[in-house]
Amino acid sequence: MITLSQVSRSFTVGDQQVAALRGIDLNIAAGDYVSVMGPSGSGKSTLLNLIGLLDRPSSGTYKLDGGDVTALDDVQQARVRSEKIGFVFQSFHLVPRLTAAMNIELPMILAGIAPEERRERVAKLVENYGLKDRADHRPDQLSGGQRQRVAIARATSMHPAVLLADEPTGNLDQTTGREVMALLEQLVEQNVALILVTHDPVIGGRAHRQIHMVDGQIISETGRST
Amino acid sequence: MRLVDVAQFATGSLRGSPARTLLMMLAMSIGVAAVVVLTALGEGARRYVVDQFSSLGTNLVIVLPGRTETAGIGPGMLLGQIPREISLDDAEALLRSRAVKRIAPLTVGSAMLSRDALNREVVVLGSTSDLLAVRHMSIGLGKFLPLGDIHESASVCVLGNQMKRELFGNTQAVGQWVRLGDRRFRVIGVLAAQGESMGMRTDELVIVPVASAHQLFNTSGLFRILIEANSRDVIEQAKHDAEQIMFQRHSGERDVTVITQDAVLATFDRILTALTMAVGGIAAISLAVAGVLIMNVMLIAVAQRVKEIGLLKALGAPGGQIRTLFFAEAALLSGIGCVVGLILGYAGSFIIGQIYPSLPVSPPWWAVLAACATALGTGILFSVWPARRAARLDPVAALAGR
Repeated sequence: MITLSQVSRSFTVGDQQVAALRGIDLNIAAGDYVSVMGPSGSGKSTLLNLIGLLDRPSSGTYKLDGGDVTALDDVQQARVRSEKIGFVFQSFHLVPRLTAAMNIELPMILAGIAPEERRERVAKLVENYGLKDRADHRPDQLSGGQRQRVAIARATSMHPAVLLADEPTGNLDQTTGREVMALLEQLVEQNVALILVTHDPVIGGRAHRQIHMVDGQIISETGRST
Repeated sequence: MRLVDVAQFATGSLRGSPARTLLMMLAMSIGVAAVVVLTALGEGARRYVVDQFSSLGTNLVIVLPGRTETAGIGPGMLLGQIPREISLDDAEALLRSRAVKRIAPLTVGSAMLSRDALNREVVVLGSTSDLLAVRHMSIGLGKFLPLGDIHESASVCVLGNQMKRELFGNTQAVGQWVRLGDRRFRVIGVLAAQGESMGMRTDELVIVPVASAHQLFNTSGLFRILIEANSRDVIEQAKHDAEQIMFQRHSGERDVTVITQDAVLATFDRILTALTMAVGGIAAISLAVAGVLIMNVMLIAVAQRVKEIGLLKALGAPGGQIRTLFFAEAALLSGIGCVVGLILGYAGSFIIGQIYPSLPVSPPWWAVLAACATALGTGILFSVWPARRAARLDPVAALAGR
């Protein structure tokens, strides 16, 4: 489903070119569970941003569902993000003035889905993620685990094919972290491709495929593709 | 994204920072209110003057004895001649013109009015029965001057409202006799209270037939002839005819001045309209200042909400949509500010109207429209830059809060 070939990304810092990614080749199929690990500055997050279409590669091609998405303009990329990609962030990124339910609804509002259907989907997600009595609370009234569950519910509200998680347990304690991982792994069983960036070898080790990155290159890959 | 959702989202983010929203709305509404109140004052002044003029009568043409010229001194003046007076026959002759509806000759003088032991000096107006219609007066009790030959004197008089109260109090006045100078007059009517119009208090007048006034003051000339033209369109015709008739009757001498009420009125109207627009324009500057304030605060809002903008992009909002959201916020803000400003402005005009009841204060529709258009226009115009800046943010940097 996702095919990266010879993808590089370099930034200009001052008058120096700094390469964040060098010649990445990567294939990810639907339902794959991939963890990306490596030290800080190894290019993990840049890779995730590229896959999430938040960033464009300096060279190389990125095919999503067979089509070259690097050639798309901003509006088309935004639509691809809306329809196919879900994000889960380390710091949750919930809109503070909106309630949990409204945060979950947000991607559907942006996509222009009819209000009745939105309500239905939100009700179902709130139920599924155990947020029923928290739906009308604002993020600052929620615990870290609850916030991340809201964020996951939001990421899945548009039924994405790929879920990108950047250190989703980084701000959580171990127990809640495990709960959140369980929720994400449930999605894998529903044939969503999960790409997980993490420092934590224990969490990274749970993935079916593990990619190790150093200096913008993939140095080793273990596990199997489903 | 649906329009309703855009509005809801914008409302939500405005509510998210109430102090900021309130301040911006205040700036906007003060601007709008200033435009409304100031133009209402200007318009009030204009209408006050117009009303005063029209209370004098409609379609009026006035004939005055003597001629004001800028062409130096005429030979008559050097010989010590005074301008020829206007006679009652002259007045009657004016009715020959088809443009003239009716005329009212006027003689003015002052005399001692007395009843029993009460007496006071009054302004006596000599005229005919048509004065009532020409001059838009109304009778309170009894009748006005009788119809009949303009040359015929009669010992009857009509009292101004205040004169009646001073001489008769609450007792019956109509049918009673009063003394005016050395003659006795029977009161046949009392004018309705009218107050002041263009400096003449009709309430303190005594009106007698013009022939009687001539006898009383021992004169034969007229102070003015008021002519009411048939319609607005023939005012110029009436003026021209009056000049021609007087020219013929005064053996080819142009020794009267004919003025139209309209000409004077139009000048006032132009001056005061220009004044209103100037004042409104000055007030509109405050709207532009409010616009700059909105831009400033919007820029701060973009900076404060960088993370949110990054998130919206990650969730699939294209740049255009984010721009729309910020536009909607600005439009909503200036829209509400405009409505609040209108309420404030109308309330202010109402209060001024209460303080100065004689001033017909009401904001002109064009000023209200212009104020709203300027408010919305500046609000949206000045949010173009902040909205573009938000739309162009790099999502990766924005999510990181940079």
